[in-house]
Amino acid sequence: MRSDRQFFFRQILSSALRRRSRMIIAILAIIVGASILSGLEMIYYDVPRQMSSEFRVYGSNVIFSPSSEMDISEESIREALSLIPQKALEGYTPYRYENTKIHNMPVTLAAVDFDSASRTSPYWHIDGAFPSSDGEVLVGAKVAEELSISVGSLISCEQTLEITEEIDTSKISSYEIYTDPETGEAYADHKLDLKVSGILDTGGSEEEYVYMSYSDASYLTLVDRGYDIVEVSIASTHSELQNILSRINQSALDISAKPVKRVTASEGQVLKKLQALFFIVTVVVLVLTMICVATTMTAVIAERRSEIGLRKVLGASDSQIVTQFMTEGLMLGGLGGILGAILGYFFAQYVSMNVFASSITMRPVVILVTILVSVLITGLASLVPIKNAVKVDPALVLKGE
Amino acid sequence: MSLLELKNVSKVYGNLRALDSVNLTVEKGEWIAIMGPSGSGKSTMMNIIGCLDTPSSGHVILEGRDITKESNRALTELHRDKIGFVFQQFYLINYLTALENVMVAQYYHSMTDEKEAMAALERVGLKDRAKHLPSQLSGGEQQRVCIARALINSPSLILADEPTGNLDEANENMVIDILKKLHSEGTSLVVVTHDPEVGEVAQRVVKLSHGKIVSDEMNTHS
Repeated sequence: MRSDRQFFFRQILSSALRRRSRMIIAILAIIVGASILSGLEMIYYDVPRQMSSEFRVYGSNVIFSPSSEMDISEESIREALSLIPQKALEGYTPYRYENTKIHNMPVTLAAVDFDSASRTSPYWHIDGAFPSSDGEVLVGAKVAEELSISVGSLISCEQTLEITEEIDTSKISSYEIYTDPETGEAYADHKLDLKVSGILDTGGSEEEYVYMSYSDASYLTLVDRGYDIVEVSIASTHSELQNILSRINQSALDISAKPVKRVTASEGQVLKKLQALFFIVTVVVLVLTMICVATTMTAVIAERRSEIGLRKVLGASDSQIVTQFMTEGLMLGGLGGILGAILGYFFAQYVSMNVFASSITMRPVVILVTILVSVLITGLASLVPIKNAVKVDPALVLKGE
Repeated sequence: MSLLELKNVSKVYGNLRALDSVNLTVEKGEWIAIMGPSGSGKSTMMNIIGCLDTPSSGHVILEGRDITKESNRALTELHRDKIGFVFQQFYLINYLTALENVMVAQYYHSMTDEKEAMAALERVGLKDRAKHLPSQLSGGEQQRVCIARALINSPSLILADEPTGNLDEANENMVIDILKKLHSEGTSLVVVTHDPEVGEVAQRVVKLSHGKIVSDEMNTHS
């Protein structure tokens, strides 16, 4: 039996090696299909990650807010961020909000680190420039319009502080301190002159704020406290993001992490459509590959009709002929699948570098699936021509009819 | 017991009677040449003798067994076990060497034996061409490989269809010599041929015309 099995494979190997030109044509058809298939599969799986990174241009997708009435401390932020994979964390910006007045108009000021804000909010359009040092301020377009402020204007922030135990009174020598005669409570009025370095134009609620550095805000309010919210940009798929959020929310930190629905929902919609498109293209490619492989296998088998007739005359049963030709087909499918899957990876890499400007992740499962699908398609595509070939009447074939 | 008997065998294709009530007996060790013009029914008779086809009516008895109504599977086993074929077009598998082509017949018959296959090639004088592909062999050499393949499983009958049809004179003589040698060793041969030279060396010549046997004579000079 061993020598027969050896002879079986010896014939298949001889067929592959000595009918090289035919084999190359058949295998090319499989390689082309398999490479497009594996490339599309890899892009299909990588699109959420790639697109998530692209979507971060439209702002952060996660908000940390305090889970109690306390502020968020730097320590809590660090610990929460440590629960996010470093590769996925694109940036974060803690915000601290205060109410203040500018030229007697109440406004909300937001204390930020401008470097961080430029990373988490790359969509900010600034007329002028980000503040480059303390004493400079970024004013939202709506505020600027109401106060008729332009780039380069000097503004005065006026803060009325209730003198409490929290306030370091040694720092309020420059404040005008007075006591409310009705309540007997002490207040201090303070003005901080600031230069407008830029006007922020986003078309959104950001235009209603005045942005300054943490140190200016602390100086104005005389309170050095934690943060009210943290905007975080995480590049990940929907399910990965959910995992990250639940990890943070289940930790003992005083932080409640929530997705920015506006961003994540639209991101989800776009991704769904994009993935559906890739899925349809993949299915179409699969069908085209099958037709192409079937046509090639039909041609390859048709020209071997006389060989099939001869084998039948020599006593081959139908199942022996099907086994032999199917094994050849499946081996071709496997080899074409392996080569195609590897080529597909480079194809996906090329597409990803050109479209998303980032490399694609090699997924062994995609390689494996592509090889299996190639084998399956070649098997299915070979089945009909082989079955037809087996029906040939050896007497007619050997007469050349 | 005769090797093969055709009793009142007819084969009808539509309105055409390719064979018409043919009776023929082939004895063991006999060498018969079947001759006749195109359309005389030679190919049909060869297919029926070779168990590649069954008659429309009549009986075919091979080594005492009536195979007229056998299934395709049984016919496949019969031509595998009992008959060695030699074709005008050789029909060698072009990606297998001469030796491997002989081994294919062993593979479907029982099991491969390279030494035995080599011995069959030696018998037809092709031992040193065993590792060559058909494309590297001359027509005569290819036909000799075909004969070695037909011989390998020691069949009861060698059935040759125009075995010299594609050969030049030198190769034709070589093939005829091999057939003579096989006959002298006791092999039964049925050769379908146009070639009068092949007809002359046979023991017996059966002539067909319009599906009927018109003459069945022993060659006195063979």
